[in-house]
Amino acid sequence: MSTGNGAARTRLPLRPLPVGDHGLLVELDDAAAVEAFHAELLRRAAAGTLPAVREIVPAARTVLLDGLADPGRLAAELPGWDVPPATADDRPAVEIPVRYDGPDLADVAALWDTTPEDVVRIHSGTEFHVAFCGFAPGFGYLTGLPERHHVPRRATPRTRVPVGSVALAGPYTGVYPRSSPGGWQLIGTSDVELWNPDREPAALLSPGTRVRFIPVTTETSAASPREAR
Amino acid sequence: MTDRAFCVLRAGALTTVQDLGRAGHAHLGVPRAGALDEPAHRLANRLVGNPETAATLETTLTGCAVRVRTATVVAVTGAPCPVTVDGRPAPWGAPVPVPAGAVIDAGPATAGLRSYLAFAGGVAAEPVLGSRAADLLSGLGPAPLSDGGVLPLGDPYGPPARVDAVVRAGLPAAELVLPCVLGPRDDWFTEAGLRTLATGRFRVSSASNRIGLRTEGPPLERRKDGELPSEGMPLGALQVPPDGLPVLFLNDHPTTGGYPVVGVVPERFLAAAAQAVPGTPVRFVPRPARSSGRG
Repeated sequence: MSTGNGAARTRLPLRPLPVGDHGLLVELDDAAAVEAFHAELLRRAAAGTLPAVREIVPAARTVLLDGLADPGRLAAELPGWDVPPATADDRPAVEIPVRYDGPDLADVAALWDTTPEDVVRIHSGTEFHVAFCGFAPGFGYLTGLPERHHVPRRATPRTRVPVGSVALAGPYTGVYPRSSPGGWQLIGTSDVELWNPDREPAALLSPGTRVRFIPVTTETSAASPREAR
Repeated sequence: MTDRAFCVLRAGALTTVQDLGRAGHAHLGVPRAGALDEPAHRLANRLVGNPETAATLETTLTGCAVRVRTATVVAVTGAPCPVTVDGRPAPWGAPVPVPAGAVIDAGPATAGLRSYLAFAGGVAAEPVLGSRAADLLSGLGPAPLSDGGVLPLGDPYGPPARVDAVVRAGLPAAELVLPCVLGPRDDWFTEAGLRTLATGRFRVSSASNRIGLRTEGPPLERRKDGELPSEGMPLGALQVPPDGLPVLFLNDHPTTGGYPVVGVVPERFLAAAAQAVPGTPVRFVPRPARSSGRG
């Protein structure tokens, strides 16, 4: 995880909202501020200077702190924190092989006003990182695509998206860790094992992880996507 | 297979292995899971001499029946139900010594929904991330019980509790009253919408499950339209999807979501929610957060 050593520390505009009697939802300006604030929370937790908390859940514009004994006290303290900007994760990027064979590839190309080949080139040429997780164990919301490449969800969600589907929605790209209903635009398929409880860590992707997609052809990848349990 | 095991004779409508769940992994998208009526789960364990962390069976509505391969002690708590051992009536809410080969049947709930069957030593299913709880949203933990399935039991921890019977605490009431702390997104609703939450006559929907207690009733009017960027959802969150009907998030709920949470029901009231049968009237009692928090 980023250390933040040496970076200029600044006051982050933030708004703590009550969540029950033991939680806080801290609203921030943008994804970068969420990352910086989340990294600061993890630093303080590791240093033992954060009050005991059961869950720290970063998301698109917020971080949820749940299981606090005295959320009011932390809420009063937060605006005074000086937080360094988020720095790049120093772990090597996770490489995810993808067959760009998704049923929505042509639609995404049309939305981007380009060709399917260009979609592959742009998607695999972008360095992503995990903004946050959720939806299912192993699912990471990956950011990195510029705003002109953000796409809407499908007007009609699919009742079944196959496991391993590489998909786009809004500012995010992600890989379905198991088969489920879903409305994201499907551009490819991967055999990557995103979640394995017998592995340490169980999740291949966690907040902050850097990710690159590596194009592979159908011929070089004989394995078909596994069925979800 | 060791003799410390039991065989499932009647899995019932839905019987799962549960413990206190797997907290601390929400940032990876892993739900808490765990026993929905946690006090009943803890009590069942105490009755058979287990620590409260041991795994029990959580039944739904129709109970379950198992044959134990070893002599052990069992106890049934939660929703009251007829209990039999080899067809003979046995006490509910008390430790019951049973011989090897005995059939323990926890019958249909006579009130409430979920009974808890504890065995001395606990259900020793393979733990995932430190918990044996079945999580139906993510499919983590042991699969729901099926007829003919066999599950291992752990070694007994100590002598069972020296009680004959326990008071039936927390019995399902005729009306489910759910206090809730407003926020974090109560500002997405109009004054009228919040008044509807406080005064509306809601009922438990039959679409409820371990993920959420769904309600039927008057929809909450919203001030803001559109989607909310995905954000962390706590246990007990009252999430309001576009149909305006609050869904109370229970243990298998997703860890993030995109619909506004109008309030949060404190955890001590969730056991009662977990025992409320479909059709039960629901009344929400909103109040402002204790810590103002808003800065």
